[in-house]
Amino acid sequence: MSSRCNLRFLIPGLALLLGGVPSVLAVWPQPQQIRNSAERYSLSARAFLFKHADVSAVRSGCDVLDQAFTRYFTLIFPESGGGGTGDTGAALINTLLHCCVYMHSWNLILNISGLESLSQLVEQDDYGAYYINKTEIEDFPRFQFRGLLLDTSRHYLPLQAILKTLDAMAYSKLNVFHWHIVDDPSFPYQSRKYPDLSKKGAYHPFTHIYTQTDVRRVIEHARLRGIRVLAEFDSPGHTQSWGNGQPSLLTPCYRGDVPSGTYGPVNPILDSTYVFMANLLKEVTSVFPDSYIHLGGDEVDFSCWKSNPDIKAFMKKMGFGSDFTKLESFYMQNIVNISTMLNRSSVVWQDVFDYHEINRPRYVVEVWKWGCYLCEVRRVTKAGLKVILASPWYLDLPGPTHDWARYYNVRPLAFKGTEEQKKLVIGGEVCMWGEYVDATNLSPRLWPRACAAAERLWSDEVQTSSVDQAFPRLTDFRCRLLRRGIQAEPLYVGHCKNEYQGI
Amino acid sequence: MAAMGALLKFGALLLAAVAACVAWEDGDVWDYDGHKLKDSDFLALWPLPQKVQSSAVSFQLSASRFQFTHAEGSSAGSDCSILQNAFRRYFDYIFGFTKKDRDQRRRNAAGSEVLELQVAITSPDAECDGFPSLTSDESYELSVDQPSAVLKAPKVWGALRGLETFSQLVYEDAYGARNINKTGVSDFPRFAHRGVLLDSSRHYLPLKVILANLEAMAMNKYNVFHWHISDDQSFPYVSRMFPDLSQKGSYHPYTHVYTPADVKMVIEFARMRGIRVIAEFDTPGHTQSWGFGQKDLLTPCYTGSSPSGTYGPVNPILNTTYDFMAGFFKEISTVFPDAYVHLGGDEVDFSCWKSNPDIQKFMDQQGFGKDYSKLESFYIQRLLDIVSSTDKGYMVWQEVFDNGVKLKMDTLIHVWKGNEAQYQAEMARVTGAGYRTLLSTPWYLNRISYGQDWRDAYKADPCNFTGTDAQKKLVIGGEACLWGEYVDASNLTPRLWPRASAVAERLWSDQGVRDISDAYVRLVQHRCRMVERGIPAEPLFTGYCRHEYSGV
Repeated sequence: MSSRCNLRFLIPGLALLLGGVPSVLAVWPQPQQIRNSAERYSLSARAFLFKHADVSAVRSGCDVLDQAFTRYFTLIFPESGGGGTGDTGAALINTLLHCCVYMHSWNLILNISGLESLSQLVEQDDYGAYYINKTEIEDFPRFQFRGLLLDTSRHYLPLQAILKTLDAMAYSKLNVFHWHIVDDPSFPYQSRKYPDLSKKGAYHPFTHIYTQTDVRRVIEHARLRGIRVLAEFDSPGHTQSWGNGQPSLLTPCYRGDVPSGTYGPVNPILDSTYVFMANLLKEVTSVFPDSYIHLGGDEVDFSCWKSNPDIKAFMKKMGFGSDFTKLESFYMQNIVNISTMLNRSSVVWQDVFDYHEINRPRYVVEVWKWGCYLCEVRRVTKAGLKVILASPWYLDLPGPTHDWARYYNVRPLAFKGTEEQKKLVIGGEVCMWGEYVDATNLSPRLWPRACAAAERLWSDEVQTSSVDQAFPRLTDFRCRLLRRGIQAEPLYVGHCKNEYQGI
Repeated sequence: MAAMGALLKFGALLLAAVAACVAWEDGDVWDYDGHKLKDSDFLALWPLPQKVQSSAVSFQLSASRFQFTHAEGSSAGSDCSILQNAFRRYFDYIFGFTKKDRDQRRRNAAGSEVLELQVAITSPDAECDGFPSLTSDESYELSVDQPSAVLKAPKVWGALRGLETFSQLVYEDAYGARNINKTGVSDFPRFAHRGVLLDSSRHYLPLKVILANLEAMAMNKYNVFHWHISDDQSFPYVSRMFPDLSQKGSYHPYTHVYTPADVKMVIEFARMRGIRVIAEFDTPGHTQSWGFGQKDLLTPCYTGSSPSGTYGPVNPILNTTYDFMAGFFKEISTVFPDAYVHLGGDEVDFSCWKSNPDIQKFMDQQGFGKDYSKLESFYIQRLLDIVSSTDKGYMVWQEVFDNGVKLKMDTLIHVWKGNEAQYQAEMARVTGAGYRTLLSTPWYLNRISYGQDWRDAYKADPCNFTGTDAQKKLVIGGEACLWGEYVDASNLTPRLWPRASAVAERLWSDQGVRDISDAYVRLVQHRCRMVERGIPAEPLFTGYCRHEYSGV
């Protein structure tokens, strides 16, 4: 890891010892190295400044940092005006005047993470005065890909719900928003080129869609928080809603010799399909700047293809026999090629890898199935492909018990393999599928359980191996989320100083 | 003598209890021509009324012209605050808070509009200033026609239920105008006790959350808020007589408590919606938090021959305990107007009692031997006498009955344990012994699982046990319970709704209403209606509402 960020609080002058070490050191996720002492410095909302350090590669004018300064100032001093530098005793305490932000690398994202840690170190004493302990942190993420999937097709999520989720992701240092934007039930993405897709495929053509402006807003909101937006346009399965606005895209299913009137996956034997997909993906890559694009490829139901005489004729012509996985591979191969031509790295669900054993294109494989998921990780890395692990983090499944520890105890690299193989595991992802989730219950179902996965993906595994040690920190962090307006549910009995104020 | 009075009073209640387990009607829905209608024709009604007659004839409602009026001859008038408040509430629900007349078109000539809903309270005493009770009459009859719709109910309580039904009949047409079809409804609840339990001890629930859920309860025709207000973890109830209980026993003595004004507000807010508030002060177990503010109330536990510094259940052998309980429950009986108080009595852990030499000595004196359930009975017995002397009836969890405590016949036994076979056997035993009972076992909604678990809640029926008709008449209803170990303001409402709606229909509608796919169609609509009314009720499955939840 070359891109390390040092966050040091350099305090000039005297310091006064105030009591012992704070009970809970609540930086979540746990930094790689943290040294703190009982020395306390008070912070005054009136005097405190963020400054670019002399050695920093970035000066003001960097809008990601400038905006982050504003945001974190409010997070640190929630009662703006910050009159909290109480009279009692405060005069005796040295004041931390500014935080120097160093830029050791060009990576802005890490710097934002540093601000997050800083904001989590600031506490309020009994008199309401803000203080911070003398602390040195050296920190970097264990995995570069720390994702969270939202599904906006099973249920439409209002923009506000997505933006709130991005805020909470930043607090947990998650850095990829995987936007599973379309699926069978609805197509809310408003395409410039194919407006009929959402006009006829969304739940409602005006109220239940994402306009281009909405999408830009999500991307910008994410960018300012160091979060990538990975769009998924899942095909050839999971595409029922596409068919409403794009005639002849889907395969007509047959009953006997006649079309049954229902449709199956995308029709892989028509040239028009690939023209459409190339146009759509061209638009998508111009809208979503990330270098990755998610192409789906999961859970293709072959029964419709099997029923269709044209497909059968095509299979014969191509020499696929009756192996429909070959047909799917043929389709995915074409789609991955389109994405490669558009200069994008493709991400696919593991099904694509499992079906296609020779001449695999260079895609990233997202492992999602249950069972021995590490066996699959091992197979994929053995084939030299990168892996994103999602299987153990399907948070839409509420456990019978409250089970954050289950997400915490995951060991993503605990498989037999070479160092090279392990390096191919680029990270993991929390998935919140939408069958039973919409804006009414999304936040409490995500948080703080997703935080457990966030720490696993960011922090050192040895340092964070104990559930018992994590519990009080996570409890504390959950209260911090509440205070910041994130509707995070409780881990167990207890209370927060500031309870959730909505209903 | 006071106890005798209570006995007579509740004996009368017993006779008046709704014969809930004996089917009255077959629950089918007919149109005016006698055709059986598909249930999906009543998309929006939840819980399904006992009898509905509907037709395709539709009328408009105009926000600028429509009025709620007191019918001539009604025993309630404009001084009836329950109705006046309800009129305002339902006006907002019906016209979507815009209060603008969206329909400028005036679709066609006269005769197509409902101009008013006349509300007629038919019995001499409307009970406008009263509190709802176990015997409150909640029946009503609704007839929607032009130019006037008429809602008739013997008491305001039925009128409240009828107003909810009326508001559920109103739908928006493609132009955004409000419409209602010609309809006749005749309705009454199957069970008299239809409750929701919230736990404000494991987590403190801000007042706003409690009020919002009372609002949602009214939308589902619930009529009991069972307030499990204190437990081991915290004691948020501010007692006038024993202020130290919350001062020292709550999570925070100012921000995490319910002041007398708060409690009053909850009770009044509930009364306005025809909902009773039954407070539960659970003893002798589940009382750790009481110990901080009331010295010597809890039993000191021993390790060997010396006190370990920890405490167990309420100490049942001291007179001071009973003096305290007498004072405390006297206060409770004046603060909470409902005729019942829930005394808990569940899950008493005997290990601390066993360790304490004074308790052992007392056991010997009393001849209890090693049977600590006898000691529990001894405590409960005295507590029941204390509560009886305040003129209250009481509910207890089933253990009190199971442990053979001698109970008065007016005690309500709350069944919560076991699997299906076990709770059905328990219902049979309790009613076999002649006690009235209510069921919660299948409705512990704090238990969650993947998928549509509302169906299990919907399928359960309190009368599914082997017993005589007389026994089944002793079933007064049930309660959905949302225990608070993992629930606070952040997740309470979506976890409760619409799953508690499933229980609501089981407790209100006819026994024969059990078609799960029909229920699904109606419940999807009903949950969207709750969302539109500001309640973050979670989705049943994939799909959408026209107006999604916007409170993020």
